[in-house]
Amino acid sequence: MSEWRYWLNEQRGTLIGLAIFVLMFAVYIANHPAGLTANVAQTAANKGVLLAFVAMAQAMVVITAGIDLSVGMILVLTNCLASWIVVGTPMQTTAGVLGVLLAGTICGAINGLLVIKGRLQPIVATIATGAVYFGLALLLRPFPGGAVNEDLADAVTGRIFGIIPSSLVVMLVVVLLVWLPFRRSEIGRAAYAAGSAEAAAFMSGVPIRRAKLVAYTLAGLLAGVGGLFLTFFTYTGEAAYASGSGYTLWSIAAVVLGGVSLYGGRGSAVGAIFGAFAARTTGDMLFVFDVDPLWQPLLQGIVLLIAISIGAIGLLRVRNRLEWFR
Amino acid sequence: MTEATENRLSLRARLPGPIRRADPAVLTSFGCILLLLFLGSLYSSNFLSPEYLLQQLKVASFLGVIAAGMMLVILLGHIDLSVPWVMTMGAMMACAAAGFGSTVIAIPFGILCGMLFGLLNGFGVAYLRIPSMIVTLATNVVAQGLMVLYTGGFSPQDSAPQAMRWLATGYIIPGVPNAILVWASVSVAMVFLLTRTTFGRSVYGIGNSERAAYLSGINTRRIVMVAFAVSGALSAFGGVLLAGYASKAAQAMGDAYLLPSIAAVVLGGTSILGGRGSYLGTVAGVILITLLQSILSVMQMPEAGRQIVYGIVIIAMLLLYGRNPASR
Repeated sequence: MSEWRYWLNEQRGTLIGLAIFVLMFAVYIANHPAGLTANVAQTAANKGVLLAFVAMAQAMVVITAGIDLSVGMILVLTNCLASWIVVGTPMQTTAGVLGVLLAGTICGAINGLLVIKGRLQPIVATIATGAVYFGLALLLRPFPGGAVNEDLADAVTGRIFGIIPSSLVVMLVVVLLVWLPFRRSEIGRAAYAAGSAEAAAFMSGVPIRRAKLVAYTLAGLLAGVGGLFLTFFTYTGEAAYASGSGYTLWSIAAVVLGGVSLYGGRGSAVGAIFGAFAARTTGDMLFVFDVDPLWQPLLQGIVLLIAISIGAIGLLRVRNRLEWFR
Repeated sequence: MTEATENRLSLRARLPGPIRRADPAVLTSFGCILLLLFLGSLYSSNFLSPEYLLQQLKVASFLGVIAAGMMLVILLGHIDLSVPWVMTMGAMMACAAAGFGSTVIAIPFGILCGMLFGLLNGFGVAYLRIPSMIVTLATNVVAQGLMVLYTGGFSPQDSAPQAMRWLATGYIIPGVPNAILVWASVSVAMVFLLTRTTFGRSVYGIGNSERAAYLSGINTRRIVMVAFAVSGALSAFGGVLLAGYASKAAQAMGDAYLLPSIAAVVLGGTSILGGRGSYLGTVAGVILITLLQSILSVMQMPEAGRQIVYGIVIIAMLLLYGRNPASR
């Protein structure tokens, strides 16, 4: 096999995620009364980017064969925090943004420490920390409210040169600053190794503990970026339980749609971004087709169910039945 | 094996039989229950009154029924995240069946709906080999969609029929609410199922190694599917009981039951990876969580503080006895 076929095989999940998104977005735009205008693109980008950050966070952890059920709650917590401190003069706002990102990172690091040093199972540990983070969010914002630096908010949710959605640019910057360095570093490779064959990686002296800790911590950071963006979109902070658990749920769905294997070791955060966009487009599509809002949750669920069942096609290729069991 | 574990083993060997055989996790969780009761009684002497304890057991029975199904799935090494809306669906469908005339079929109909969703979960997990976390997440959204569609965004015929109220709050034995009896009979059935039937032994076997179980001639796919169906049915049954207790079915009534049911099973010493755990531990976990919630609300702690304490206590208990082995 030549070089590029290996590359293609490695990126298959990401490319499938991209294909699903492009297909759905094309159908959406074709049926949108206004077509692909700068306005439509901006709205779609803003909604998609929000979920994309949370999905990237989830992908970081899922690659190490873990799971973070607290990402939604970190998003809610950082949203509430941002509605307090991202205000005032440019200096204060900058400090506030850094503070919010730091808070997200700390949340992620706590998850990582509990899973790695505490040797707890990620599912239960992050459920419990999720409850704590949500409690803290409620302490910060018992009632929805607060404010945000509106100049900054409009800048990152608006358009650059009147055409490029700036939220997409911000996301690209985050990918370049967080994901790519991680993926190309020794730690990133160790994270993949920990996900695909932990025992073998350990025996080979790969720093899997450090890699997992970094993955959980960066997940917290990315969820914090998501929380910051939520504040920029809504101008307020709100500690809503349903919103937090909804983001956690859809982050997992987006990761799966984006071709990241829940068993770990396969996929990339870029795939998760496409998965998130595809997931968001489902909701928009129902709007374009003028579906009764009451039908929306059901149709979204059915689309999700079908999308994940497609992954089962691989079963038809199984020659040895023992391959059913991983 | 290190020296420390050898010492611990020899120490355990000197203990009397019943204590030696008991699971340390189960003992710890019962110890925590006693500790919580002691702390509660320092706050107010009502905590040790029979009325309060029976009331707690009644509230615990809803969680207990749901946790029984969750435990079955966790023993397989899977997880059921569709509890919230399957539970709500069970309650709503039971109320709906009663509303359309027949109170006799109300409760069985609600449970049947839950079982159908459980079968769907099981089919996806066992035959399509999709990770259980994903399948159950998706069916949860589908169940939510169906219920939103059914209620039309408003509250439909939602008041619970007399039979459901009686099942949750009535008395066959004076002083003991029926809900406790229901939980007790579900528990007896679970213990029988897990320890005395091939199905139960297969569940433990699959949880340890599905490959090995398959090679031993167990129809692992059918067992997994049935276990999910039982879990769905028990979730719906829990919803029916809760609707009877609250005398109506409401949207989002199940949201508060997903995390506690998983936490109860895990705090009771069942390994989330499957294959290990006793039902007695799950009972202890359910009582523990119900008591914790009750004490926090009696102390009139605001919701925020309750969530924080709840999360920290679960982490602390897991660090106490829910850790993975250190060696690889």
